[in-house]
Amino acid sequence: MAAAKLQPVPTAGNEAPAPERSAEDIAGQAYFDRIIAEDSRIEPKDWMPAAYRKTLVRQISQHAHSEIIGMQPEANWITRAPSLKRKAILMAKVQDEAGHGLYLYSAAETLGTPRDVLNQQLLDGKAKYSSIFNYPARSWADMGAIGWLVDGAAIANQVPLCRASYGPYGRAMVRICKEESFHQRQGFEILLELSHGTPEQKQMAQDAVDRFYAPALMMFGPPDDDSPNSKQSMAWNIKRFSNDELRQRFVGMIVEQAKVLGLTLPDPELRFDEETGQWIHMELDWQEFKDVIAGRGPCNAQRMARRREAHEDGTWVREAARAYAEKQLKKVGAA
Amino acid sequence: MTATHASPDHSLDSFGDAAASATRVTPGNALRPEDIAVRPDKPSDDVAEYALRLGDDSLILAQRLSHWISRGPELEEDIALGNIALDLLGHARSFLIYAGHTLGRSEDDLAYWREEEEFRSAWLFEQPNGDFGVTIARQLIVSIYQHLLYSRLVNSSDTMIAAISAKALKEVDYHRDHATQWTLRLGDGTEESHERMQAALEFVWPYVDELFDEDALFERLGDAGVRPSTLREQFDAEIAAVIDEATLSLPALPRAMGGGRRGLHTEHLGYLLAEMQVLARKHPGATW
Repeated sequence: MAAAKLQPVPTAGNEAPAPERSAEDIAGQAYFDRIIAEDSRIEPKDWMPAAYRKTLVRQISQHAHSEIIGMQPEANWITRAPSLKRKAILMAKVQDEAGHGLYLYSAAETLGTPRDVLNQQLLDGKAKYSSIFNYPARSWADMGAIGWLVDGAAIANQVPLCRASYGPYGRAMVRICKEESFHQRQGFEILLELSHGTPEQKQMAQDAVDRFYAPALMMFGPPDDDSPNSKQSMAWNIKRFSNDELRQRFVGMIVEQAKVLGLTLPDPELRFDEETGQWIHMELDWQEFKDVIAGRGPCNAQRMARRREAHEDGTWVREAARAYAEKQLKKVGAA
Repeated sequence: MTATHASPDHSLDSFGDAAASATRVTPGNALRPEDIAVRPDKPSDDVAEYALRLGDDSLILAQRLSHWISRGPELEEDIALGNIALDLLGHARSFLIYAGHTLGRSEDDLAYWREEEEFRSAWLFEQPNGDFGVTIARQLIVSIYQHLLYSRLVNSSDTMIAAISAKALKEVDYHRDHATQWTLRLGDGTEESHERMQAALEFVWPYVDELFDEDALFERLGDAGVRPSTLREQFDAEIAAVIDEATLSLPALPRAMGGGRRGLHTEHLGYLLAEMQVLARKHPGATW
């Protein structure tokens, strides 16, 4: 396994107290500071502060977990997709998400934390994932709303991450963003088709947008004055824009698209403020956000149960693959 | 038929060699279901019936396999099984669209608005996923069978059947490799995996024979189709080799009666179709 080759690295909770800084650390810090000041890239073997590494592992693995848990609400509709073409597109999309999870786990592994450790953190409920995936996908139109709003918000969040200071993360994001833009377009197309369909279909589309609008806006995270980690992440060139800036940008984007769809965004306060050049949107229910993150969302238990069940059901298969590999290795050794 | 099967029909040339000579595969220039939909080709009634059988086999299995996405033993398997399902769905769409040109129905009419007894898939394809071992055992049989079948169908006298088969052949070759690799690992892995894989083979084995059954359709099809009985010897040899290398034993079990080609199915298909068709049927006439 790749894990054995990697350096043990402090992860959340088991970090050793920092000893006195060695000459190597001092030189490393100077190099790191210069790279950040130049807006260049840190690569896996470069020296980096323990806190930078820890922040990245947390952020990248949360993102990876989100991709994996995020497969579930859409997988929920694959077997019921209403046309074969839509079924094929949805299958390809959910598969892409598994692929994104893999790139991201690989990026996290370059920081020294192996995938099985990260996976265990998820299964143990110690790691977080995007709270949006704890909302149920109730109708087919939710496939549209998830693509358009949820993937749309993800893109707004992730495009700046293509320039993240940590090389493997930034490069993984380039590919992910390309695929996400297809995903958003397919979501938009689903809604467009529904909004021009029968009255029942149009109602289905509006209902989905009504349910996903606010949770999608919350995907950018708490307001800037309540986002304790943002400042450091921006100083490290991991994060480029504040939560509120990104939320703004996203709202501006979807207002125009909603018009094309002929659907209404469920926000009575939504307006463009000419003076500040900003979109004003309604107050979001941050208590709900905190509740869902804390595990009290509609589907938290279901999502985790499914992930654990898949993992446990697969144990014998993974053990078999390991045993087979060992036998083959022995045969090669004996030959 | 010869490998250089010369056809005066050049209308498929734009799809590359895969379609034009039907004996070679040109990656990146493959025939897509959407391409077939806009073509005027009408199969004969018999070829349409044959295309329905081929399409239904793949459609029903794609529906089964797609259930694994987000439930696999590893992320890599979510992707692999999803990929196989997606390939099979592509083959199904191509065959159903082609059949539909004669039947006067779209791929979605055929998938969503036929009743259970109108489906022409064999029983193996509708068998439940079971554990990962059952899914792999089913896939091993299907992939070896389809690989042999499409290897011959690329020379079909029906140009479109040949073209679809040429595309499918390249893909089922990967499916066969995937199922073989897993059969070896599960069979020759741990004691538990060996037992499970043996049980899995025994679960699906009764459904093998139906794949090779023949009826009057094959007499009428002539060179447009492939008599499945002519594939049996090679199938037996190939699967025995994999099973043997996997330290498993070939089950000796009586065959299930079969009847899928005549629309007589096991109880499993009704539930599968109920799930697949429910949304489309709630909204008659809607487009998606």
